[in-house]
Amino acid sequence: MNYLVSSLRLCVLSLIVCSAAYPAVILGFACVAAPEARHGSLIVSADGTIVGSTLLAQSFSRPEYFWPRPSAVDYSASASGGSNLSPANRLITERASEIIGRLRLAEGELVTADLVTTSGSGLDPHITVESATMQAGRVADARRVSTEDLIQLIGETRYQPVFPGFGAEPLVNVLELNLKLDHLSK
Amino acid sequence: MSEYFLPVFVVIVTVGLSWPLGRYLVYAMDPVSCGPIRSRYESACAAFLGHAAKTGQSWQQYCRSMLTFNILMFVVLYAILLTQQWHPLNPDGKTSLEPSLAFCTAVSFTTNTNLQHYSGEVSMSYFSQLFGLMWLQFVSAATGIAAATALSRGLAGRTDFGNCFQDIWRATGLILLPLSIITACLLVLCGVPMTMEGAAVATTLEGDAQTIARGPVAAFVAIKQAGTNGGGYFGPNSAHPFENPTFWSNVLETMAILQLSMATVWMFGRITGRMKHAAVIFGVMLLLYVSSVGIGCVLESAPTRSLASLPVASSMNLEGKELRFGSAAAATWAVSTTSTSNGSVNAMHDSLNPLTGLVPLSAMWLNVIFGGVGVGLINMFLFVITGVFLAGMMVGRTPEYLTRKVEAKEMKLVLIALLVHPALILGGTALFASTSWGASATQDPGSHGFSEILYEFSSAAANNGSGFEGLGDNTVPWNIATGLVMLLGRFVPMIAPLAIVGKLAAKRATPETAGTFRTDTGLFGIVLIGTVLIIGALQFLPMAVLGPVAEQLGG
Repeated sequence: MNYLVSSLRLCVLSLIVCSAAYPAVILGFACVAAPEARHGSLIVSADGTIVGSTLLAQSFSRPEYFWPRPSAVDYSASASGGSNLSPANRLITERASEIIGRLRLAEGELVTADLVTTSGSGLDPHITVESATMQAGRVADARRVSTEDLIQLIGETRYQPVFPGFGAEPLVNVLELNLKLDHLSK
Repeated sequence: MSEYFLPVFVVIVTVGLSWPLGRYLVYAMDPVSCGPIRSRYESACAAFLGHAAKTGQSWQQYCRSMLTFNILMFVVLYAILLTQQWHPLNPDGKTSLEPSLAFCTAVSFTTNTNLQHYSGEVSMSYFSQLFGLMWLQFVSAATGIAAATALSRGLAGRTDFGNCFQDIWRATGLILLPLSIITACLLVLCGVPMTMEGAAVATTLEGDAQTIARGPVAAFVAIKQAGTNGGGYFGPNSAHPFENPTFWSNVLETMAILQLSMATVWMFGRITGRMKHAAVIFGVMLLLYVSSVGIGCVLESAPTRSLASLPVASSMNLEGKELRFGSAAAATWAVSTTSTSNGSVNAMHDSLNPLTGLVPLSAMWLNVIFGGVGVGLINMFLFVITGVFLAGMMVGRTPEYLTRKVEAKEMKLVLIALLVHPALILGGTALFASTSWGASATQDPGSHGFSEILYEFSSAAANNGSGFEGLGDNTVPWNIATGLVMLLGRFVPMIAPLAIVGKLAAKRATPETAGTFRTDTGLFGIVLIGTVLIIGALQFLPMAVLGPVAEQLGG
């Protein structure tokens, strides 16, 4: 009986400290240190509508936009996930062939691996710089701009996760790149 | 070589930090003489916690207190999950969980496993996340630290094992809480969301609607990592950009996985007064860890096999991985999270190359490479006793461990505790692989489907919580079976060692002589590695061949 009483008291004490006080402290810190980002790094357009989050991929399928990596959950940010397929599964081959077909590769051109594999979350916001570069021709055609301008835009959007050479390739945030693209066209 | 920056950095910094942190753990958990302020704090806590928290306990009383509190933890979470729709902090209107799923989830978080047959952002309200799941992430981890402290006290020769309620509260308030606050604040700076607002609805550039689930993520992720819990706020865990937005947040979270488990070994050394013995154990663990990381990184640098026939530029296997963490991140994390029974992931383990998948599997089979906070050390203690016993048998002397004779009664308990783990994994896998319960749940055909079943039971028995998530495991048989496996896999290997130490502590100390087999030498380290590998891993070899190895060879 004494054990139960002490257990109950420990429950109450730990619930107050761990589940109420602790998140309140972190919430307070976030309000001060990251007042905007703490809501999910949302991008809000001039008219006040939410366009998306810089941290999350969103669906792009039109030729005039750069495309992100494929998503096993169709870019759902409320039920995210990966394909969980074995790397030996034929379904990966089929999905990759379908994407390669849409990318319309030139004779002898190779597609980058990140453009044909789904990410762990289905929301990976990045593609490699090579993946962006190989799409530049298509986007330039669709928008009637020069490929060189787009290559330059990719260079401006380039993001280095860690010092060069330390195990992470330079990347491009697809949503940021496409926002710049729309801005450029206006 | 520079692509191995991440694992090298993580190992050097965590090993370096484990030493001062180990000192701090002793101060926090075993305050023998530490000034008037601390004494006043301790008596205030004891007074609040009530009568049972005031006195020292024998190992039996300690275990009974621990079980009482753990049962209560289970009951509270089970009740919260079944009545979720009536609670506050539910901006997205989540409804209650199906009873077998609630059972599995409540067991999972009580046992520090965090096996998730649900997806966080789909099923859980903010109230359930904070007052149910996150609360248990603190106190279940604290239970492990408390048990390891009691074990160390017993091995120091004390018959007073300390007080369980005090210990759990010390581990919660003085260790896990400050560590989580530091980690969570750093995560907020990396961009992890911390908000009580409900999901945001975005209109994408192409005009679609995208519902963005969010919440008090930073607070949750910090304790998930620090307490070797591993249950993610979102379904894909730390692969989700909101849980792990940058390269550096990934480094931080990888370190948080290892930190406390490493420091616990030094705490054990200090409390028992045998730092050299602790150093040998630490060395064995570190050797196994570093070699697993190395093997994992090399195997995972191979390309995705099913892309071989297509015009794809050569690359490491990127299926199920996020680009921002870099090339060595997934393998490093996979080894860290399974060695320590954490169970969070930053890449989908189901999509690891077939042989890479074997690395986290074997880490869970051994379950002693640093291990879950507290319990990893307790598991290693079983192998240490076995190693001492084997060495004693070889030279024909009654084996002794830390001056106490190890005899038949103790060895029986050791064997029971050691055999529970493989029995649960092999038995469970055999049952489900041979019935429609398993066959109807697998996503991939053939040997990979078998690996999915094997991984799920290994993860449950090791109280890990990661999964080959292609498995459709939210069914009544899976929920109940894994629930039972988690309970047995947690409490048998936790209580049996306390009983063993209780029996050892009650014996008379035999003075150490020149003939005593020393446990603080490199030779003992070799014996210990041999014991761990032969007893811990060999029995799983047939399963490894049927699953990952067969897939690698055939497909």
